Amino acid sequence: MSKQFQFKLVLLGESAVGKSSLVLRFVKDQFDDYRESTIGAAFLTQTVTLEDGTSVKFEIWDTAGQERYKSLAPMYYRNANCAVVVYDITQSASLEKARSWIRELQRQADPSIIIALCGNKSDLAARRQVSEEEARKYAEEEGLMWGETSAKSGEGVTEIFTEIAKKLPKNAPAAGRGGPGRTGAGARSGVDLNKQANAQGEQNEQCNC
Amino acid sequence: MDEEYDVIVLGTGLTECVLSGLLSVEGKKVLHMDRNDYYGGDSASLNLTQLYRKFRPDLSPPAELGRDRDYAVDLIPKFIIASGELTKILVHTDVTRYLEFKQIAGSFVYRDGKISKVPSNEVEALKSPLMGLFEKRRAKKFFEFLQGWKDEDPATHQGLDLDKDTMQTVYNKFGLEPGTQDFIGHAMALYLTDDYKTKPARPTYERIVLYTSSMARYGKSPYIYPLYGLGELPQSFARLSAIYGGTYMLDKAIDEIVTDADGKFIGVRSGNETVKAKQVVGDPSYFGAGKQTDGKVRVVEEGKVVRAICILKHPIPGTEDSDSAQVIIPQNQVGRKNDIYIACVSSTHNVCAKEVYIAIVSTIVETDKPELEINPGLQLLGTIHDKFVSISSLYTPTAPGTDDNIFITRSYDATSHFETVVEDVHDVWQRVVGKDLVLKKREDIEAQA
Ligand SMILES: Cc1cc2nc3c(=O)[nH]c(=O)nc-3n(C[C@H](O)[C@H](O)[C@H](O)COP(=O)(O)OP(=O)(O)OC[C@H]3O[C@@H](n4cnc5c(N)ncnc54)[C@H](O)[C@@H]3O)c2cc1C
Ligand SMILES: Nc1nc2c(ncn2[C@@H]2O[C@H](COP(=O)(O)OP(=O)(O)OP(=O)(O)O)[C@@H](O)[C@H]2O)c(=O)[nH]1
Ligand SMILES: [Mg+2]
Repeated sequence: MSKQFQFKLVLLGESAVGKSSLVLRFVKDQFDDYRESTIGAAFLTQTVTLEDGTSVKFEIWDTAGQERYKSLAPMYYRNANCAVVVYDITQSASLEKARSWIRELQRQADPSIIIALCGNKSDLAARRQVSEEEARKYAEEEGLMWGETSAKSGEGVTEIFTEIAKKLPKNAPAAGRGGPGRTGAGARSGVDLNKQANAQGEQNEQCNC
Repeated sequence: MDEEYDVIVLGTGLTECVLSGLLSVEGKKVLHMDRNDYYGGDSASLNLTQLYRKFRPDLSPPAELGRDRDYAVDLIPKFIIASGELTKILVHTDVTRYLEFKQIAGSFVYRDGKISKVPSNEVEALKSPLMGLFEKRRAKKFFEFLQGWKDEDPATHQGLDLDKDTMQTVYNKFGLEPGTQDFIGHAMALYLTDDYKTKPARPTYERIVLYTSSMARYGKSPYIYPLYGLGELPQSFARLSAIYGGTYMLDKAIDEIVTDADGKFIGVRSGNETVKAKQVVGDPSYFGAGKQTDGKVRVVEEGKVVRAICILKHPIPGTEDSDSAQVIIPQNQVGRKNDIYIACVSSTHNVCAKEVYIAIVSTIVETDKPELEINPGLQLLGTIHDKFVSISSLYTPTAPGTDDNIFITRSYDATSHFETVVEDVHDVWQRVVGKDLVLKKREDIEAQA
């Protein structure tokens, strides 16, 4: 059997840059032009299979708007293995916001966290305010991964998640590095409240939204 | 901030966060604010910097305690009863997906100067030094009676009526010794005083059944505990609320509860902004905390609790080196009216550095020297590396809120678990929403949508 790894991925970035849209594209290959600010769905999983057969399961946490007034709970980034910090290429202010999230991550997160800077809405290149050069240069200086995406057309989306999947360290046992897997019942080392409560036991592993 | 909300919730303690989460799921537009820059209010778990800021603002934490971020020190000592009401809410709202739980390794009770394990199965019960051989037989008959009780089958009642006969009558019927009564009433039914003995037996019966079914669920103790501390609980319900559209603002000064000429709630003022809402729910600290605000006393003090957060470099002596434990000192054993509790957790629960144990000793204050009252508990801990003592008032609202749309929660009491917190959630919900809280499984909610 090929190896399976599970990692926690958190999304950060200003409101309306397309965090939830990116996840929706990645997980369900869908897009919605009139997406409301995140409500309802904020916890999804998606598996990427790498060329060598290794599969990497992402447990994806969306901010649910708690970042809007700087009220993100520490629980959110606890044990995060990777972070996708999103800006909107048509809003230069959103890159500033992304920079401040990255500073926060560098200060607070585990030093080995993998950070990807993601310029979204590449389909709107006509209204571009952030040049590729500027963002790439910043990413290089800070040692971040970088890519442009369009959640609308799908361009670059799978690529950025696959690149992250490749970069994540795969030297730990199946459940992923250190951090407790908080999705599937099997990944837990402690007690599972659901198991005892529902007779069916088995939890819905796919989409928990 | 010029939007209008259905409900403003003040304070991010567990009670407020559970309410906020449930109200958002119900479709209410919720604004949730806290004056602190961290989640959890009085039920927060603090890192060392936050702990020092709270208790010793002039000092910084000593380096020898280890990394700041390894600490999540609970302000209130409570555990989750495995089969209790909080567990039901956690499962029904599915916030369990954000949390990971571990068992508390053991429950202990103080008797005649030493501590013994509360037996967690029949084998342990037979070996337990807590009862003599004959008393064990009597106790066995008593537990068989409770287990066999069926309301509809008088043959199981042995002439007793749980709704009329007092618990004392039931104890007497089985001839249980006072020490055994202490053990059952305090270490299993988890009563803090002996008042229950003169009351009808049913609530005690229900508590013992809850205890034994919780004990049976995972095996070691009836309690479970979330990794990274109790502060994870309010955070996970806050996330639930946010996912359902709740707006979160921490670090926000709450300067005034604005009311109209009839005293009805209008909004909350922070600086020179006022946010309006139909209703407000909040913890007592936002409503005067016992003092008059805007000409009204909205909450009154019911009593005080003293709590000592103790940092140890070893497990509690006599607890079989348990990584976590509850120790109950029944009031009778030390000549008090209220029990003394010790709750201990450690790095196993990701709440402190390796080789460190956090034990909180607490009791209801009976004298004007509260610190002396917890001494019997402190003495059981061995060398105490450091200690942070606090005395908190327990506040209760003076009005139900149905007239002025101001709904105030209760302070976290001295019980060792969250059952009374959940009672408060049900109670406030009933008043805010006007109907009983019926928990639905989250899948069902979404299936309806
Ligand atoms: C953007 C951001 C903002 C934050 N803001 C806040 C805030 O406002 N308030 C706050 O209190 N906290 C904040 N934090 C800190 C966050 O809460 C911490 O990341 C968290 O408390 C640490 O988690 P932990 O103790 O579970 O980590 P640990 O369990 O210590 O570690 C997490 C992971 O790192 C590994 N690891 C641990 N130590 C090492 C080591 N020495 N070398 C290699 N790997 C190691 C572990 O195996 C595990 O997988 C923030 C973090 C981030 C990323
Ligand atoms: N043209 C275009 N629009 C996009 C793209 N991605 C997202 N959008 C739109 O941008 C808006 C905001 O997207 P969301 O995914 O809700 O943004 P968010 O970052 O999750 O926002 P919050 O949940 O408020 O933090 C929506 O109207 C999306 O349809 C994209 O790649 N191209
Ligand atoms: Mg979103």
